Amino acid sequence: MQRDTLVSFEGVVKRFGTFVAVQKMDFEIRKGEFLAIMGSSGCGKTTTLRMLAGLEAPSEGTIRLSGKPINHLPTWERDTPMVWQSLALFPFLNVRENVEFALKMRGVGKAERRRRAEQWLDRMQILEFAERNIAQLSGGQRQRVALARSLVVEPEILLLDEPLSALDAALKVRMQAVLKNLQRETGITFVYVTHSQSEAFSMADRVVIMSRGRIEQIGSPQEIYGAPRTRFVADFLGSSNIFTGPVTATSGQGLEISTKDGPVRLAGPVAAMPGQGAEATITVLDTKTHLSVARPEGDVNVLPVRVIGEEFIGATATIYAETDSGHEIKVQKSHDELASLPISAGQPLFAWWSPSDSHHVGAA
Amino acid sequence: MSQISGQELNRNRVVDWALMVYIVLAYAFVFAPIAASFVFSFNSDRFPSIPLGDFSLEWYRAVAADPLVWQGLTNTLVIGVVVGVVSTALGFGAAYTDYRYKFMGKQVYLALALLPPTIPVIILGLAMLAYLSRIDLSGRAISVIISHVVVCAPFAMAIIRLRLSQMDPALEPAAWNLGASEWATMRHVIIPFTKPAIFGALFITMAVSFDEFAVAWFVSGLNETLPVKVLGFLQGQVSPRINAIGTFVFVTSMTLVILAQILLSGRTAAPRSSTVDKE
Repeated sequence: MQRDTLVSFEGVVKRFGTFVAVQKMDFEIRKGEFLAIMGSSGCGKTTTLRMLAGLEAPSEGTIRLSGKPINHLPTWERDTPMVWQSLALFPFLNVRENVEFALKMRGVGKAERRRRAEQWLDRMQILEFAERNIAQLSGGQRQRVALARSLVVEPEILLLDEPLSALDAALKVRMQAVLKNLQRETGITFVYVTHSQSEAFSMADRVVIMSRGRIEQIGSPQEIYGAPRTRFVADFLGSSNIFTGPVTATSGQGLEISTKDGPVRLAGPVAAMPGQGAEATITVLDTKTHLSVARPEGDVNVLPVRVIGEEFIGATATIYAETDSGHEIKVQKSHDELASLPISAGQPLFAWWSPSDSHHVGAA
Repeated sequence: MSQISGQELNRNRVVDWALMVYIVLAYAFVFAPIAASFVFSFNSDRFPSIPLGDFSLEWYRAVAADPLVWQGLTNTLVIGVVVGVVSTALGFGAAYTDYRYKFMGKQVYLALALLPPTIPVIILGLAMLAYLSRIDLSGRAISVIISHVVVCAPFAMAIIRLRLSQMDPALEPAAWNLGASEWATMRHVIIPFTKPAIFGALFITMAVSFDEFAVAWFVSGLNETLPVKVLGFLQGQVSPRINAIGTFVFVTSMTLVILAQILLSGRTAAPRSSTVDKE
């Protein structure tokens, strides 16, 4: 165990009846980091968080907090406050009483309770609403109350279960900044569960990607985005073109696979080089894939494609095209870069990229 | 805004008036006997007849002077309060059990818990009498209390269950997560949240016990409640005293029911925290 480890999951399994929600999970959460756990619904991310909070007991394995096993500690004896998706503010208490709740349960005296609650309300810039009812607050104000209510005990770790999912887009971005700054200033470890890639990647120091109860990849947003480790991650992020086929050549400088649409090459070192003839998957980011009318020259991967359509996302556009065998290729470019290309459905073009931009993932 | 204009568009004066008249007639039909009883309770004539005699409180005086009526009233009130408290406590426990736990045979548990009010009161009264006399508990105030709790607890359960179903399911675990033990959560979260329903249930069950006649008639013996006493009067002689008692019982019951109504309708839609809106 590293010295800066705050939480460790050791062979943790969670079953509900015959359904396995989390399978054999081993990972560590570092002191002071902002960790996002991401995946689609039913992937086990919320169950993982609830086990950490003590709201579910692991079926197998050990969860340690600061080195001590906490498996059998009831949630009210842990210092693992959680911000809920519904926020779960107490509607029969006013804002200040909501924030004081955890202190009251810990037997903190009235004056001290009030002082500490108001300090956090002030920090969250909602002190002026202290005596209001929850029903009188806007969505963003409620978020702040929920954060203050959890942080008032000054825990080592804060758990967040999709707390921003009910907000509109602009407010969501603003709250992301609030959360990120709060985490940086307090140094409290944040564990943030979300299904949103943009939330996870914009706030987290490290991201855990889960699928069907298993961890697919852990890494910084840059690492995961640039080098998805599994086929699932590449698919899930949706920002790569993916090619699978038998390996036809390997060397210290890369490998080549054969696909229905022709060979695809990778140049560069490959960890866990697959053997000749084994299935391998090569990906390339949609931003590193290019289109041209004339067949490009030089050391590049080239696939003839036909345009299917185009999607505008703000300053960039994504061109969807397919090869003769029907394999989909997407290319993301700024509008300026696309201006010179004839983009219309059915238009034949060449998709190409440098083999050094290719990336190898496990065949899974 | 769209709601108002929609209403305006769909307005039809003739239909509006017809519906209004219909409502007035329906209420008149329902409340005429009660109103008649109320009016005749202040009438000096021995027999209800029109034109009315003088305004008089003599029937109220006669009722107030009758020690048997006072005894019946005391019985009714004491039984009503005890029944209200016990039924509400039981109903709360049953409703919380349903809210919190999943277990084998839960459907059966619910069906049985909510069954008593569907049994015809005559049958329930007879069965209660047979059962209570066998265990030597018949003919006492406690007999009426036991029987009325059987009838009332399901009402309390239904009312409190409805309130619990409006609670954000994350509220209770959120309290645990903030350091409240299960008992502390019960005290600081569940009970405050359900408080309007608890008092609503208390008043409704009191009102039900207060009015209940059939079961009380079977099991009360000498400890007659007011409704049973009223029947006794009627069997002896028709007296406007009945109207006076009836008016009193009606006002008391209505007060309890209206109190419950105010409690239960006041902000029952518990504000969910997850509404989308702008800062």
